[in-house]
Amino acid sequence: MDTVVEKKPGTKKKSAASAYGKEQYLFWYELMLRIRRFEERALMMYGQQKIRGFCHVYIGQEAVSAGLESALIPGDGIVTAYRQHGIALGRGVSCRAAMAELYGKETGIVKGKGGSMHFFYAANKYFGGNGIVGAQIPIGTGIAFAEKYKGTNNLCVTMFGDGAARQGALYESFNMAMTWKLPVLYICENNGYAMGTSVERTSNVEEMWKIGLSFEMPSKSVDGMDPAAVHEAIQEAAAHIRAGHGPYYLEIKTYRYKGHSVSDPAKYRSKDEVQQYMDLDPIKTVEDLVLSKKLASEAEIQAIKDRIKEEIDDAVQFAENSAYPDGKELFTDNYIQADYPYITD
Amino acid sequence: MSRELTLRDALREALLEEMRRDETVFLMGEEVAQYDGAYKVSKGLLEEFGEKRVIDTPIAELGFAGIGVGAAMNGLRPVIEFMTWNFAVLAFDQIVNNAAKTLTQSAGQFKCPIVFRGPSGAAGQLAQQHSQTFESWLGNVPGLKVISCIDPADAKGLLKAAIRDDDPICIMESEILYGHKGMVPDGEYLVPIGKAAIRREGTDVTLVTYNKMVLVALDAAAELAKEGISAEVIDLRTIRPMDYATIIESVKKTNRIVVIDESWPFAGISAEVAYAVQKHAFDHLDAPVIRVNSADTSLGYAPTFVEEFLPNPTKVIKAVKEVMYVTR
Ligand SMILES: Cc1ncc(C[n+]2csc(CCOP(=O)(O)OP(=O)(O)O)c2C)c(N)n1
Ligand SMILES: [Mg+2]
Repeated sequence: MDTVVEKKPGTKKKSAASAYGKEQYLFWYELMLRIRRFEERALMMYGQQKIRGFCHVYIGQEAVSAGLESALIPGDGIVTAYRQHGIALGRGVSCRAAMAELYGKETGIVKGKGGSMHFFYAANKYFGGNGIVGAQIPIGTGIAFAEKYKGTNNLCVTMFGDGAARQGALYESFNMAMTWKLPVLYICENNGYAMGTSVERTSNVEEMWKIGLSFEMPSKSVDGMDPAAVHEAIQEAAAHIRAGHGPYYLEIKTYRYKGHSVSDPAKYRSKDEVQQYMDLDPIKTVEDLVLSKKLASEAEIQAIKDRIKEEIDDAVQFAENSAYPDGKELFTDNYIQADYPYITD
Repeated sequence: MSRELTLRDALREALLEEMRRDETVFLMGEEVAQYDGAYKVSKGLLEEFGEKRVIDTPIAELGFAGIGVGAAMNGLRPVIEFMTWNFAVLAFDQIVNNAAKTLTQSAGQFKCPIVFRGPSGAAGQLAQQHSQTFESWLGNVPGLKVISCIDPADAKGLLKAAIRDDDPICIMESEILYGHKGMVPDGEYLVPIGKAAIRREGTDVTLVTYNKMVLVALDAAAELAKEGISAEVIDLRTIRPMDYATIIESVKKTNRIVVIDESWPFAGISAEVAYAVQKHAFDHLDAPVIRVNSADTSLGYAPTFVEEFLPNPTKVIKAVKEVMYVTR
């Protein structure tokens, strides 16, 4: 068996936290802040009914996207579920294309076809947000299969929630990935809940990282409120995978501050519990650290905040000014065959 | 005597009454217990019946559908709730390969009295994976019965009948119509499975439909009445077995028919109705059967797609005028 390690979340390696320089911290800070501000604005616009349908925000979980993006190399892919604005922004989807998509406008990242749950960005190997819980687990495994088949050095990050981890698809995927030593990095974003169902109500195995053990897959638990911890764990896992040893599994412990979706009042958890995690807020933590270690000045931080505010304002304007797709666009992108004979009567 | 109830509360009453009546009935699914159901259909049931009979599952559709099948084979009467039928696709193996086939495979030794239920159909801007209609998929399978009904009174009586029925039954509800209101009779009653309902009588054209498209057809019929066209609206209520007789009888009276069907056109319910009508009422038809389906595409997110995709009164009225050879 390969290294199977348990690391208790919350027990940060203090040495690592300051091991990174200004550039790294500001990268994390800026990305996390962009995601946070983007979604806060999206919620506002949802309130004004500019955005409709489901809207699951990532607020609280931003450190996962940040740590991922600093640790991966170009060529690596990501696939995740519907709580995906933060992952997509991390992958380089612009605020404009993201906001326009939430509005359902033709200038959106998928031309208004997907909405909040389904961004895709082929240019940066973002294989999408999937709306069927757990469906992306085998899909990410297949993306990794293709990398191995083609003989690349790339891996595929396959992300899923604690709720999704209970789907049978995980068992089948983990087993094949281990058997065939596929270059896949499984990440369970354990935010404690699947809709109103807490992790301990879904299984006898409450520690999500242990799921990997029965496959003898290297498995770890990581503090998801700290981008540095996420970054490190991913680097380590990626090195293992790129060395040809096969898959690796990380449980990243995180928390969503908001309800499951816009319509969820989240009565199943206490205010205290939410506050506990908000006290660990990764954006605030990184900002404090950067300032206290004098890695950047107040003015530099303020400049980032201003830039992001402008970026989001601009994205909203862009979305507002864009047009809805023509209804007839329904009849595009269902088939590659351009003259596909749709039934129209 | 009757009262006004929402579809949600009517379904809830059906579950409540049947669970009180028969201890072997239990409810299982995602968020059905502590959360009162994703759409609050099971509100209060956990309180009355406890964790033994109102059971929250992990997200594991294939697994808990199969657990339902096994429990049904072994003497219980499970009601399995899918948060929506889009997610039940994961469980089709158990529904299609097992629930539907237990009786025939065991040559009658094992029955499978199970109800699978949840909302089907588009529900606004929810995009491709959350906007599908499954009546024709499951209606295609011998061994299953399929019910699809949004009238609160009938939905209640049908759910009660389904729970008592010894065959496996799939029930399609509607996410956006759980708040839809209707008069529901007091006291105990059942609605027979396999019987359509005439929602509006008419003489010029027959509109055959089911689930939320009944409301679209009724709106269209009201508009058409203003133009002097009298439309009869048939709510199938049960998809399988289909009540062909009611359809044929109506067509013999009106001589014209439009089928309004939220599912995709290919090999769907509209095609089935059209076949039956040409076979059994060919000489009574004054025009070809016309159907109004959802578009032959997946449904994207933007509001313009929803508008283009779904049947609506305007499209129905246009189709009716076509079978009536009215050009204005
Ligand atoms: C197969 C399937 N079943 C049910 C649902 C409804 N649903 C959407 S999200 C969700 C909870 C998922 O929780 P988790 O995997 O922990 O992800 P999180 O929402 O916490 O990010 C459920 C039950 C679905 N979309 N797909
Ligand atoms: Mg979760």
